[in-house]
Amino acid sequence: MSLRGRGAIVGIGEVPTRRIYEGRSMYGLCAEAAGLAIADAGITKNDIDGLVTDGVALPPAIAEYLDIKPNFATGVSMQGASGATATMVATSAVSSGICNTVLVVMGNSRQDAERAGRPAGRGASSPSVRSEWEEPHGMAPGANTGYGLMYRRHIHEYGTTEEQMAKMAADQRFNALENENAVFNGQPINVKDVLNSRYINEPLKLLESVMPCDGAAALIITTPERAKNMKNNPAYVLGVGLKQGEANIWQRDKFTETPAVDSVRRALEMAGYSPSDIEFAEFYDCYTILAAMCLEDAGLVEKGEIGPFYEETDTTYKGAFPINTDGGQLSGGQPGLAGGFRHVIEGARQIMGKAGSRQVEKSDLCLVNG
Amino acid sequence: MTSAYDKPIPIPSNEVLTKPFWEATKRGELIIPYCNSCSTLFFYPREVCPNCFSKDLGWKKMSGKGHVYTYTHVRQAVHPSFQSANGHIYAIVQLDEGPKIPSGISGCEPEEVYVDMPVSVVFDDITEDYTLVKFQKC
Ligand SMILES: [Zn+2]
Repeated sequence: MSLRGRGAIVGIGEVPTRRIYEGRSMYGLCAEAAGLAIADAGITKNDIDGLVTDGVALPPAIAEYLDIKPNFATGVSMQGASGATATMVATSAVSSGICNTVLVVMGNSRQDAERAGRPAGRGASSPSVRSEWEEPHGMAPGANTGYGLMYRRHIHEYGTTEEQMAKMAADQRFNALENENAVFNGQPINVKDVLNSRYINEPLKLLESVMPCDGAAALIITTPERAKNMKNNPAYVLGVGLKQGEANIWQRDKFTETPAVDSVRRALEMAGYSPSDIEFAEFYDCYTILAAMCLEDAGLVEKGEIGPFYEETDTTYKGAFPINTDGGQLSGGQPGLAGGFRHVIEGARQIMGKAGSRQVEKSDLCLVNG
Repeated sequence: MTSAYDKPIPIPSNEVLTKPFWEATKRGELIIPYCNSCSTLFFYPREVCPNCFSKDLGWKKMSGKGHVYTYTHVRQAVHPSFQSANGHIYAIVQLDEGPKIPSGISGCEPEEVYVDMPVSVVFDDITEDYTLVKFQKC
């Protein structure tokens, strides 16, 4: 049995990503996004009988906040991959008959962290592998340092240049200019601006790194049979694949290879497509270098050739191969784990034909990497 | 020395497990966990072997030689004690025996560090309890 075509995304909702929403909370933003997705699907909350969150938003708390009592609920706790994983779990749930219509929702409020007495956006030094072996040597909080390590190694092995990576950031910003939900909407940048932005963890620069934001997103997944009677042209889930990687980057054998090698292969096998069939891609981009390596590992670009690919290819929504058409996280912003979820939402939005001025020309087959 | 050190000190998640490592660094030795059942060297220390699940584990003294596998020049160290005009190098050093270990590179300017640079271990007494493993250019 396969999940091919067994899940239909019939509604999406997104609270615009902003630096901060004063006086809001994660649960409040999640509830708002849920309401938008339910309305978009043309259903009522009473139709929701399944709930999947990122695990940061606790399923019982979301259910209580929305006053729903689903027959299935879980939080996936998959860090940045939570959005894609939650979508996979929701598809499995409707496919197996555990429930019929699932709300997937996640979001972030930076004020929540302040309320809890933690400075927003700083990894807490609770006892961990990180606190014992990494932080004493000056690993910066958050993920910056690890991606600096990968970036340096990619340059070493493949001759990738900072200018090539800057093109990715610039292309995505171009896309964000057509996305009012993007935190950097209305703020154009070019390759030079990216190159001139300051180093955070050299070779990684500020404009190649995500900005922590507030926001939330939600989608509704149901069975293809139910989707037929709903108002939207659905986005069908044709294939899914997951590969669990390491928690700490330095535990990898190869710093220039990602679990996307396996997860994408599995997803394409299920879907019955090859990388050359893909029309556009929405790829997890906490940093340029991660999206770059995943695009290679997905087989969309040959290993080590991502630099020349960006040099030669217009990856904007108007281009030959559109990537991160909503601006991605780099230009859209990272509202916690809903940052990774934005790739699923935008992929569905394009497939559903709801992307407005940034609608891509060919929007039948999208590869999403969470 | 103890009172002056303001950078993060190691916070073990299991201080019993890693006590031998930190005692060894105080003696000027770099030891790495070793599985007596399957002969795997691994790092960081674990309560069971990540290769064969054995609990019959010991430690092996390393030569202290290795090379820079990769590194980043940290310009924005969010911990204030690491803030300096020219930042610092955070590196992953691969020991000649195989395991990779996060560390700092001392004794040269950040700009001089490169991938594959040969290094050897040095020990940095930061507090009474902790001596960090650092590396310097050979
Ligand atoms: Zn073993």
